[in-house]
Amino acid sequence: MAAVSVTRPRRSRVLTTVMALYLLYTLVPLVWLVINATKTQAALFTSSGLSFGGPFALFDNIGQTFTYDNGIFLRWLGNTLLYVGVGAGGATILATAAGYGMAKYRFPGRKAVFAVVLGAVAVPGTALAVPTFLMFSKLGLTNTPLAIIIPSLISPFGLYLIWVYATDAIPDELMEAARIDGAGELRIFFTVTLRQLVPGVVTVALFTMVSTWNNYFLPLIMLSEPRWYPLTVGLNQWSAQASGAGAQPVFNLVLTGSLLTIIPLVVAFLLLQRFWQSGLSAGSVKQ
Amino acid sequence: MTSTAAPPLPVRRPRRQWRGWLFVAPFVLVFALTFLAPIAYAFGLSLFRDQAFFGGTTFVGAANYADVLADTKFWESFLRVLLFLAVQVPVMLLLALVAALAIDSARLHAAGFFRIVIFLPYAVPAVVAALMWGFIYGDHFGLAADLNHLLGRDIVKPLSDNWMLASIGNVVTWEFVGYNMLIFYSALKVIPKELFEAAAIDGAGAFRTITSIKLPALRGAIVIATIFSIIGSFQLFNEPNIMRTLAPNVIGTFYTPNMYAYNLSFGGQQYNYSATVAIVMGVITAVIAYAVQLRGARKGM
Repeated sequence: MAAVSVTRPRRSRVLTTVMALYLLYTLVPLVWLVINATKTQAALFTSSGLSFGGPFALFDNIGQTFTYDNGIFLRWLGNTLLYVGVGAGGATILATAAGYGMAKYRFPGRKAVFAVVLGAVAVPGTALAVPTFLMFSKLGLTNTPLAIIIPSLISPFGLYLIWVYATDAIPDELMEAARIDGAGELRIFFTVTLRQLVPGVVTVALFTMVSTWNNYFLPLIMLSEPRWYPLTVGLNQWSAQASGAGAQPVFNLVLTGSLLTIIPLVVAFLLLQRFWQSGLSAGSVKQ
Repeated sequence: MTSTAAPPLPVRRPRRQWRGWLFVAPFVLVFALTFLAPIAYAFGLSLFRDQAFFGGTTFVGAANYADVLADTKFWESFLRVLLFLAVQVPVMLLLALVAALAIDSARLHAAGFFRIVIFLPYAVPAVVAALMWGFIYGDHFGLAADLNHLLGRDIVKPLSDNWMLASIGNVVTWEFVGYNMLIFYSALKVIPKELFEAAAIDGAGAFRTITSIKLPALRGAIVIATIFSIIGSFQLFNEPNIMRTLAPNVIGTFYTPNMYAYNLSFGGQQYNYSATVAIVMGVITAVIAYAVQLRGARKGM
């Protein structure tokens, strides 16, 4: 024990400075975004990037973002929430149940499930997107929310994480004791073991939420009507509006909309830090 | 262990064996619909071709595959992402590794703050990151314009032909250093403390501790991060596709293999050929990811 306190290293100013430079690189684009979301479209072109300029228009920009084109931004936000709620929520449930099943049960076909899921992780998701579109268009699913939600329901990474987590967090004796008390497998899951999995489940929920919230390629392919767009595709459409015939640039709305799109995720990560950091640490035990 | 606790019930035993499926089956069903079915469907498509004059499709066997392998557009896009991968992935992983080691070293002031801020870009959608950096790169109101103004000359041109791949690499690096840092950091956290104590007693310095204890312990995490990054590079789509609005003359329809597959489908209605491109890329990616995994595993033993 005494040896630990002796070897505790001193804080280094050089290292802190070097890392601060990297921190600066991380923060500059975000600061740039915040600053420029406060400018009117005209002021964007007349002021320099990292300084404020023109009237302070942040609240005006936010108001415009929500009302432009009959409030389409709000619709996109609603779509995104729907896709995240059902898609990421469903993915978390499926991955939790399956990861738990793989960790705590031995059943015929278990090895095959493992091999297929592992193999599928190596298949690029975007390589699947075009074939999935073709298949969904045959099934009449394109241009509906289901086209975004169904593919979002699978998270092989989530399954892996819960699997590793459940292996360590749930003692077999606990389940065996519940069985002796006459509890069924589902009842054991919901009343005894699920609560042991909470940090892992929060981690998976957060990461599937990010990937669904940030999804761009899949909705770009699947949807042709703006009323079903999520925020990401909608923002890019606003951005593309600035060029081509009949250009109607709305740079200030693109920037403000981008800022509004980031905020919920940043807040979620900051608030849930304690959970996802312990969830990830446990996940890496078996790497 | 458990058989001593519960009385042996040979009749119930076989039923219990199937119970795991109760939990795994829903995942497997959706997985089959969203992963296996599209792969099978794409493979089916890749064996056919639209008939030019009569309509309908004809079976052409491996002809589409032969065409892809002889397609200069495909190889040009493939070599581009290969170059991207060879430069961007090592840079990104090295930065992530250094950041993780620094934060774990206990020599950093405000380590927790560094950890969360460096991770933050991961929460930024690729679309927003690409739009944001695209504006920053731009001549209108970006930082590149400010920099050129400061220098008095047009030197910094991130959206020009020569700079573009590096500019995209910068966006991807910015987005994912934090994520990889977190993977490494999590792996560092679980190294048994006794190892460090033993090393300290043996008189090992900070660098010796890193090379002899930390890096070997990180091997698994590095292999996984490398595989994910390789897959990500081969899939490159979002960033160049969004930058394309800003620099349509620099980024063409086949800038990356994925953009090629996308534009074949949605610009040219060449679904069969597009499916073939997707499958060829999938196979190449899977083979390389598997090779990295094997190499990593072998070193581990």
